[in-house]
Amino acid sequence: MTAELLAMPDLMPALPEILLVLGALALLMVGAFGGEKSTPLVTGICVALLTVAGLILLVSPHYGTTFNGAFVQDAFSQYMKVLVLIGSGFAIAMSVAYARSQNFDRFEYPILIVLATVGMMLMLSANDLISMYLGVELQSLALYVVASINRDSVRSTEAGLKYFVLGALSSGMLLYGMSFIYGFTGHTDFVGIASALTDEQASRGLVFGIAGPLIDERASLGVVFGIVFMLAGIAFKISAVPFHMWTPDVYEGAPTPVTAFFAAAPKIAAFGMLVRVLIEALGDVTTDWQQIVVFISIASMGLGAFAAIGQKNIKRLMAYSSIGNMGYALVGLAAGTQAGVHGLIVFMTAYLAMTLGAFACILSMRRKEGMVEEISDLAGLSKTNLPMAMLLAVIMFSLTGLPPLIGFFGKFYVFIAAMEAGLVPLVVIGLVASVVAAYYYLRVIKVMFFDEPTGEFLPMSGEMKIVLGLSSAVVGLFFIMPEPIMNAAANAASVLF
Amino acid sequence: MEIGIAHYLGVAAILFTIGIFGIFLNRKNVIVILMSIELLLLAVNINLVAFSYFMQDMVGQIFALLVLTVAAAEAAIGLAILVVYFRNRGSIAVEDINMMKG
Repeated sequence: MTAELLAMPDLMPALPEILLVLGALALLMVGAFGGEKSTPLVTGICVALLTVAGLILLVSPHYGTTFNGAFVQDAFSQYMKVLVLIGSGFAIAMSVAYARSQNFDRFEYPILIVLATVGMMLMLSANDLISMYLGVELQSLALYVVASINRDSVRSTEAGLKYFVLGALSSGMLLYGMSFIYGFTGHTDFVGIASALTDEQASRGLVFGIAGPLIDERASLGVVFGIVFMLAGIAFKISAVPFHMWTPDVYEGAPTPVTAFFAAAPKIAAFGMLVRVLIEALGDVTTDWQQIVVFISIASMGLGAFAAIGQKNIKRLMAYSSIGNMGYALVGLAAGTQAGVHGLIVFMTAYLAMTLGAFACILSMRRKEGMVEEISDLAGLSKTNLPMAMLLAVIMFSLTGLPPLIGFFGKFYVFIAAMEAGLVPLVVIGLVASVVAAYYYLRVIKVMFFDEPTGEFLPMSGEMKIVLGLSSAVVGLFFIMPEPIMNAAANAASVLF
Repeated sequence: MEIGIAHYLGVAAILFTIGIFGIFLNRKNVIVILMSIELLLLAVNINLVAFSYFMQDMVGQIFALLVLTVAAAEAAIGLAILVVYFRNRGSIAVEDINMMKG
């Protein structure tokens, strides 16, 4: 036992994370000694670090579990980590010009994003409640600071404060649920929890008499209690209804590039973590969590569709849109099957591409007098900047779910999987919500193409052109060559079952 | 009377509930919210240590130590955000945190 504890763990599966952590610590030193003038250098190296970590994952992934089973690297975590790294890398790239204009171009900003990214990667690789919690906190603590990074702005700091209070509350709920799962299964590692839940012998060792043996694949009351609290905590992180209250305020108040970051990477990471904990650890008690997932899915789709209709601010619109999109992704998870997880992965890929593209456009809504963020400011964009209007229209059509764009395929695969799992009412509600949501996406297009221009935007900067071009290429041309993404997603989903 | 696991879980549940109510019913001061958050985490720690002791399994206590560490970091960041907020707004009353609505 002692020799086993003293032995050096295999570090290779965690190589990208280790690289990012060491890089971030070294860059903190560079920033601390170099002062504010080192910001461009630190920013550049941060993007390079994220790129290198992504390349390591793509080119020579090292599958396996390490740190006594607390950390796992497999095709699922690999795929989701690449998505997260893309989201974070583009978020840093998109924020450089904005940060300079708003006077928050400090060297801490890209380093905090790198540290948040490490937290997200740890969440995706967590195979133990403890490492999962530490990943969530590493991500959240960095994100609280990033939300209030523009520390001279009331709105930014208020967004940070709101995010902190509700985020800490959600961490508390997550932990409370974890403590119950630990107490009633006797394990914190997902493998142990899964075997304790299937094993009747183990359930007799429970502390409460009410636990009893497992009947009909249902877990004991204590475990169900724990599952409910854990799901509530994670629902906060993915901003699913009824735990979505922070999303519109934080999206509106945080600096726009930070909002772009919040909308993309953390959602993907929290979803990956949710999938792993539900399928790997609690996969044998599907009936216990399925109803909860179905409920928050219906509530998110409904609220995302109806609450966005009256919005005038485009960042708030995107907030409600992301709440609705989380609902559609939960449809795939509610199915609880391999096809469902496959659909969810495709959907999250589509979501990443659409979100980055939409925010590249929002960040380009600059006038001489400053940034504007009302939907009415987009009026007549087709007459002043036709390429941007066309690409934003493609992204909006994709968010609506029109074929042959990527958004259609994302929704198609989650809905098909839910149909196969017998969740027909859920699919019907999802389709109705999609139709309602189409109204506000199409309204943006109507404003751009049929309203009279109210003023011209400044020309798009180079990095926005690149991000918008790449993401709309993925959105628009996915149907020509879907195999790479579809195969990788199928492979990622298969390792969990 | 023998003090069993149920008593510990009961205390933790009461503390957790007080923490939740402290966050949602408090209309005065954000500092009270920070204290309520600490209360939530400490309730979890009681749970973890109680389970750990009654199961004769050390993992729960290790978990509790890690939770304590993270709670300290969380409180530091929360207070830092509160300080920058106070500088901008001049108030930390909960009802004044209302720049954004809708």
